Amino acid sequence: MTTGSAQSDLAASVGLTDADLIAMYRTVALARAVDERMWILNRAGRIPFVISGQGHEGAQVGLAWPLERKKDWIAPFYRSIATCLAFGMSAQDILMAQYAKAADPSSGGRQMPGHYGNAENHLVSLSSPVATQMLHAVGIALAARIRKTGQVAMTSMGEGSSNQGDVHEGLNFAAIHRLPFILVVENNGSAISVPASQELATEHVADRASGYGIPGVVVDGSDVLACYAAGREAVERARRGDGPTLIEAKVIRLTAHSSDDQQTKYRPEQELAGLKAMDALPQFRSQLAEAGVLTEAVEVRLNAEIKAEVHAATEYAEAQPDPEPSTAMQWVYAEEWPSETPPPWGLTGPGTSHDGSGGGH
Amino acid sequence: MALKTFIEAIRETLADEMRRDPTVIVLGEDVGKKGGVFLATDGLWAEFGDDRVIDTPLTESMIVGTSIGASMNGLRPVAEIQFADFIFPAFNQILSEAARMRYRSNNGFGVPMTIRAPYGGGVHGALYHSQSVEAFFTHIPGLKIVIPSTPYDARGLLRSSIRDDDPVLFFEHKKMYRSVRGDVPDTDYTIPLGRAAVTRAGSRVTVIAYGLMAHYALEAADVVMDEGISVEVVDLRTLRPIDKETVLNSVRKTGKCLVVYEDNRFGGYGAEVAAIVAEEAFDYLDGPVTRIAGPDVPGVPYNHVLEDWFMVNPEKIADGIRKLAAY
Repeated sequence: MTTGSAQSDLAASVGLTDADLIAMYRTVALARAVDERMWILNRAGRIPFVISGQGHEGAQVGLAWPLERKKDWIAPFYRSIATCLAFGMSAQDILMAQYAKAADPSSGGRQMPGHYGNAENHLVSLSSPVATQMLHAVGIALAARIRKTGQVAMTSMGEGSSNQGDVHEGLNFAAIHRLPFILVVENNGSAISVPASQELATEHVADRASGYGIPGVVVDGSDVLACYAAGREAVERARRGDGPTLIEAKVIRLTAHSSDDQQTKYRPEQELAGLKAMDALPQFRSQLAEAGVLTEAVEVRLNAEIKAEVHAATEYAEAQPDPEPSTAMQWVYAEEWPSETPPPWGLTGPGTSHDGSGGGH
Repeated sequence: MALKTFIEAIRETLADEMRRDPTVIVLGEDVGKKGGVFLATDGLWAEFGDDRVIDTPLTESMIVGTSIGASMNGLRPVAEIQFADFIFPAFNQILSEAARMRYRSNNGFGVPMTIRAPYGGGVHGALYHSQSVEAFFTHIPGLKIVIPSTPYDARGLLRSSIRDDDPVLFFEHKKMYRSVRGDVPDTDYTIPLGRAAVTRAGSRVTVIAYGLMAHYALEAADVVMDEGISVEVVDLRTLRPIDKETVLNSVRKTGKCLVVYEDNRFGGYGAEVAAIVAEEAFDYLDGPVTRIAGPDVPGVPYNHVLEDWFMVNPEKIADGIRKLAAY
């Protein structure tokens, strides 16, 4: 998409074009629209589980944007819908994961929704134990250094996950070897129900960076372009061989932890009411409108495109076939292994019905 | 053909594979200048340098987790866990990540990584330098578990492990490092994963073992041979995927099956072997499937009297054979 040859002062100030800014805005808005659709589908009983990225999208798009698609790597986490969209996945890819269909490019319907990953786009498949992906990204950065590929590896996680031991082990190793690695902590202030004050003794997760001898940067996650600038600096530093950076983006969690969580039990009403003022999506929209980048005509067109895209993705995913039980023993290993015993009910026997209820995630 | 110790076979295979394939790297604690606490990686750092032979901090989860990442970006890491007893900080990375990566990504990603770890008792290593840990890992689909017993097998199986596209745990009994010697040809041979070996042919009792116990089983077979009991010994070599065919063919022939393992008896790997034999060779059995295994205490005690009490040895195996043969 393009807005012609116009080049605003805002775009120039961050070294981007107006077309870049529109594309970034579109990705933030698309992520929100996909996310909202997920919740509607959940409440309508179409998909059993949702874990959301609402409130994180601006930071995710800003921070992923400086990386080079299909060259660099990202090990995302379960709120990384906007990250995945910014790095090459489509709304349809996300919806296919929500519906867990056979052709879901993240897992072929094997993983819960939210566990995105895609080799083609260099997005590492993620699991549910948190922060394990930290070490995968560090290992990718190690391989990049050894193979001299010039790649940068980024991982992202919440501030709750940042307390895991793998984060310490990985930052220490990445710092020792000055690996081309970026840790993004998306701090939304809550680890499910536990506030940051009970998770961290320091004010910022980024304060820990000095303990590893690396830069720690705190950035306002509602300011997309500030996130972009922080990400770009970290990417440049990594590519220069100057080592890792820890970036902490202060974001908000606009939804409950997941579709199985009732956040009003532990988050006061006035806190929830105040969150919208810190939402990146309307802020970015106003910023681009004031700069003359996002005209009303462009916004109307984008909104129509996004609405149509999400609708088409939903229709497509809904109509796709479920995986066959006969495929359920595939890809335990790279090759078929005849000695691994299939179950006594065989590979095509009657499956168990699924009532669509989740619980406890 | 040259006579090599077990550890020489390991070391030379690592060097050969690193020469053959520039994507093979070695990482672990003290694997560099020192060459590993058992010297399994001795000389690699001098030949291949800092980039390919990496001394890591004392962080087992990191060793395995970064190996997973590196393997997704074009390398074939061979991680060393200094003692199998220390592998547990990496358990989550092995179970939740390495083993499941291919399955959960529907073949999007694979983890061509080998984890080497010395295991086993009888070396005055006490609770934390003697453990047999294989049962924790053989339980996990997606992993391949290899335990060789001869220098020849170690070389052929380590080559196959490093070249395999899935995560392999390669356990080496540390008591065998310098006490076991054998002929190792200088050729580029491999031994496929998942194939057991009949290391002694016999007719009355099948003994199934692996690692150091495969040697002790042969010694026990010699002892009872003089008493007129003919024993067939199956050395599993790969624990998962298991070579059921070789196991079942032997048991169908002898009608009796004794499973030997050094690990704690309860829920040990041999329990699965016993279950397979009971389920799939029941009609051929002429006696109960029995086990000789380590006692159910939380570790191998240090004092030599207690350690001897713990360890399975040829005499204990011979007793087990006699009892089973009497059915």
